[in-house]
Amino acid sequence: MAGSEVKVLGTWASPFALRVHIALGIKSVKYEWVEENLEAKSQLLLESNPINKQVPVLIHHHKPICESLAILQYIDEAWPSAPSILPSDPHHRAVARFWAAYIDHKLFTWLKGVASAEGAEGKKVALDQVREGLVVVEAAFWKCSKGRDFFSGAGIGYLDIVLGCFLGWLYVAEKRNDVKLLDEEKMPGLAAWAIKFCQHGAVKDVMPDKDELLDYANMVFQAMPKLNGQCPS
Amino acid sequence: MAEEVKLFGSWASPYTSRVKVVLKLKGIEYENVEEDLSNKSPLLLKYNPIHKKVPVFLHHGKPIAESLIIIEYIDETWKHNPILPIDPYDRAMARFWAKFIDEKIQPAVWKTLLAGENEREAAIEEAHQLLKTLERELNGKKFFGGESLGFLDVAGNVVVWLEVSQEALGMNLLDKEKFPILHEWCQRVLDDDAFKQVMPPKEKLLAFTRARFEAFLGPK
Repeated sequence: MAGSEVKVLGTWASPFALRVHIALGIKSVKYEWVEENLEAKSQLLLESNPINKQVPVLIHHHKPICESLAILQYIDEAWPSAPSILPSDPHHRAVARFWAAYIDHKLFTWLKGVASAEGAEGKKVALDQVREGLVVVEAAFWKCSKGRDFFSGAGIGYLDIVLGCFLGWLYVAEKRNDVKLLDEEKMPGLAAWAIKFCQHGAVKDVMPDKDELLDYANMVFQAMPKLNGQCPS
Repeated sequence: MAEEVKLFGSWASPYTSRVKVVLKLKGIEYENVEEDLSNKSPLLLKYNPIHKKVPVFLHHGKPIAESLIIIEYIDETWKHNPILPIDPYDRAMARFWAKFIDEKIQPAVWKTLLAGENEREAAIEEAHQLLKTLERELNGKKFFGGESLGFLDVAGNVVVWLEVSQEALGMNLLDKEKFPILHEWCQRVLDDDAFKQVMPPKEKLLAFTRARFEAFLGPK
């Protein structure tokens, strides 16, 4: 697929757009990044994703692909040479897809819930829920990684990308609420994994600086205190 | 070599039915374990401790949960009669629209059922717009998958089940006047051999749907 035009429509703060950055990096695919302004979406974004009007969108051979998990699988299939993003074994693939769905439908929903929770009690309940979710994912980490560095083994893959994109926003929730969520004692596997993930070659240059993310979050939440979890998807 | 293939499910679950349709389309023999969802078996809870739901697929002793994930597993393991398209772009589209059905259409339909008097009209309008968006995707094709049932037709079974069972809920959300193309697609799906063998009898489904929602909402 050398010389194919590849474009990504995303925002620097979007964890879902970050997934696409990382996946294309793993495959050493050259691409053009288009930074969208979600307050004034481009014509290209509205035409490429008329249904949801959201980032990220991957445009390949002028065809748009939407939804980050569909994009990750597309990248793996359209650029099939190593390294792979999904495992090769069908059962391991099913397990990876299962946990990706859990992370997006449960863990991410709970993380958003921290931002929209009201009152000290509300915040505490929301934060506890995130912690419980991380404990569940910790167990999944040990099963998937089998003692190696990443969910996918020696290198990063689907599940690493799916969870890893939220590390910046987990940090934001920790700082804004003065708590520890990714606790080295309760989740030693994930805590060690997070450090290695952030240092990985395909991640470190594209992951947003977490303190910049925190400044951004503080600004957004200050302007709209009742906003229901500003994580553009 | 005898393979252990088991499906834990419920006759009344469209998500279980999705998997059954695919097993039928591929001619895969399996043991059907009918779960009583009001009294879930220890095995089901062991195999799906996170969600505790049906369907759960067991192959070589390893469980897989979530209907669309199970279907992708089946397609990758038994490669004949592929359910997903071959081309990566078409596969991405099928996955996108299946997610649209499960995460946008399904919740919107639920909303119309649970909405109070004041919100019902807006909820119905939202559901109608989403169904119209899906209908446009058919774009002159016999099935979403082309000439025969594919991944999105299987995922779309919840729309077919809605068409069949909506009268039990006293609603006409999928009005055949408003959605003639979707209605015709539903008829073609209902007429498909594999689908026919797996779909529960209409009266049984209507009675179940009626009873379930009366328990939920109070008799209408």
